[in-house]
Amino acid sequence: MMSFVSYLVNGLSLGSIYALIALGYTMVYGIAKMLNFAHGDIIMVGGYAALITMATTWCPVWLAIVIAVVVCTVLGVVIEKVAYKPLRGAPPLAVLITAIGVSYLLQNVALLTQTANPKTFTSIAAGAPPFLLVFEGKAPLFFTAAADSPYGDLKPVLTISMETFLAIVVSIVIMVLLTLFINKTKAGKAMLACSEDKGAAQLMGINVNGTITLTFAIGSALAAVAAVLMCSTYPQITPYTGSMPGIKAFVAAVFGGIGSIPGAMIGGVLLGVIEQLSKAYISSQLSDAIVFLVLIIVLVVRPTGILGRKINEKV
Amino acid sequence: MSMLEIQDLEVYYGAINAIKGISFNVEQGEIIALIGANGAGKTTILHTITGLVAAKHGSIRFNDKELTKTPAHKIVSMGMAHVPEGRRVFAQLSVYENLMLGAYTRKDKAEINESIERVYERFPRLKERRSQSAGTLSGGEQQMLAMGRALMSKPSIILMDEPSMGLSPLYVSEIFDIIQEINKSGTTVLLVEQNAKKALSIANRAYVLETGNIALSGDAHELMDNEQVKKAYLGE
Ligand SMILES: Nc1ncnc2c1ncn2[C@@H]1O[C@H](COP(=O)(O)OP(=O)(O)OP(=O)(O)O)[C@@H](O)[C@H]1O
Ligand SMILES: [Mg+2]
Repeated sequence: MMSFVSYLVNGLSLGSIYALIALGYTMVYGIAKMLNFAHGDIIMVGGYAALITMATTWCPVWLAIVIAVVVCTVLGVVIEKVAYKPLRGAPPLAVLITAIGVSYLLQNVALLTQTANPKTFTSIAAGAPPFLLVFEGKAPLFFTAAADSPYGDLKPVLTISMETFLAIVVSIVIMVLLTLFINKTKAGKAMLACSEDKGAAQLMGINVNGTITLTFAIGSALAAVAAVLMCSTYPQITPYTGSMPGIKAFVAAVFGGIGSIPGAMIGGVLLGVIEQLSKAYISSQLSDAIVFLVLIIVLVVRPTGILGRKINEKV
Repeated sequence: MSMLEIQDLEVYYGAINAIKGISFNVEQGEIIALIGANGAGKTTILHTITGLVAAKHGSIRFNDKELTKTPAHKIVSMGMAHVPEGRRVFAQLSVYENLMLGAYTRKDKAEINESIERVYERFPRLKERRSQSAGTLSGGEQQMLAMGRALMSKPSIILMDEPSMGLSPLYVSEIFDIIQEINKSGTTVLLVEQNAKKALSIANRAYVLETGNIALSGDAHELMDNEQVKKAYLGE
C-alpha cells in the first residue's frame, strides 16, 4: 500500500515537471498555432545554464535558477524572432521543419560546447533531508529527517525526497499563478483573444506580435524551471536531455487537449503518474510504450484530448 | 477635409486583384452604405482600412493620418472601430470579457464602466447574459455583442460588415434601428450590406461596388430610384 503511495507521489512529481513543459507547448500552439519542437531543447539549455552557474563559487542556488530562467526566456524570444516570425503565414509544414531544425541546432551547439559526455547536476536541494512518514501508535507523523529527530530510529513507511516534494509544490504554485495571470490580467485576456482570433484581437487594439513574444517568453521561462527541477531529480545532463521529456510533454499537451492550459496541467500530471505506475507494476522497459498507448486510446475515444473542445462557429 | 478619405486604393490577394483603384470619402456624422454583390470586395475594403489586409497602392487617410502605414492594433485607439463580417466574437470568453476587450486600449476604469453600462442600456439582452460565454449566444445576440464590443472603444467612426447577415426580419429591423441610434449619438458609420434596401433607406450616401470598382455613387435615396440599382440589388 505504502509503496503504491510512494510510486504515486513520484508520478505526481514527474508529472508536474511534464506539466510545466507541456504548458509551453500548449500556449505556443494555442497562440502561434505552431508546434515548437525546439521547446524540449530549451530545457536542456536551461539545465546547462544552471549547471554552469552553480559550478562557479560565487553563485548561490537561487541566482543560478534566476539566470537559467533569464537565459531560457531570452533564447525563446530570440528563436521566435529569428526563426519563426519570418515564417508567419507560411505553410505549417515549413514552420514545423524549421522548429525541428532549431532543435538540432541547439543540440549541436550543446554538443560542441559541452561535449556528449553526461555531466552530473548538483541538485538544488542537495543535502536537504527527505520527508519521512512514520506511524507512532496510530497517528501518522510527517517530519524531515533531521539528524537529531526523536523519531530517527523508527522505520519510515514512506520517504519523499526534497526534490520530489519541491517539484510538486513549485509546479502547483506556478500553475496557480499562471492561471491567475491568464484569467485576471489584461495581457492574459489578450492571449486568450489571440488564441481564438488574431484578426479580431487586432481590431481590439491588441498587439498580436507582442502577445506571441510574451507567450514564447513565458513558455521558455517555465521550461527553465522544469529544467532545474528535472535535473535535480534525475541529476545528469547531456545535450539530449531535453528531447525525451520534450516529446512526453508534447504527448501530455495533446493528451489534455492541445491549446488548453488546464488540459496541459492535467495531461502532464496524468502522464507522469501513468509512467511511474507502469514502471513499478508492469515493466520499466515498456513504460514509454504504455504512455504512448494510453495516448492513442485517449485520442481514439476523444480526438480533441481530455479538455480540448471544438469551437461551435455560428454563421 | 473628409473624416475618412480613400484614394486610388488597390488591394491584391497574391495575384488576384480584389480592389482595382477605388476612391471614396466619408464625412463626419454620415452613414455611408457600401453595397455590392458577393465577392465585389466590400469586406476587403474594410479590412484594408483597419489594417488586417495590406494595400498594394493608394492611400487611406483618417483625420489626416495615413492608415496604410499604421499597424492594425494602433488604429482602434485613433477612434475607429470595426464590427467584422461574421461577428468574430471571442467564443470562449464571456459577454463581459468580450466587452472589456473592446475597451482594451482605454485606461480609465470609471469611464470604461460607464461605457459598459451604456452598452447594457442599448442591448439589455447582453446585460442578462453577461457571464454567458459568447459562443453560446444566438446569432442575433452575437451581432449585438460585436456591436457593443466595438462601441466600447468610444469610436468616432464605426465600420460594420453585414450586420444583418443571417438574422430574422424582426432582428434586422432592430439592428438597423440601433445603427441609426448609434449614428444619432454622434458616431459616423460606414456600413457594408447585402440588404441594399435597408442600407439605402438609412444611409446619407452610398457607393455601389462591382468586382473591385465603384460602379455608382451618390445620394442614397436617389440610388434607390436608380433603375440599375433596382434591378441588381433591390430585386425589383
Ligand atoms: N484571403 C483571401 N485570399 C484570396 N482571395 C480572397 C481572400 N479574401 C477575399 N478574396 C477574394 O477577393 C474578392 C473580394 O472578396 P470580399 O470578401 O472582399 O468580397 P465581399 O464583397 O465582402 O463579398 P461578400 O458579400 O460575399 O461578403 C473575392 O473574389 C474573394 O474571392
Ligand atoms: Mg464580405
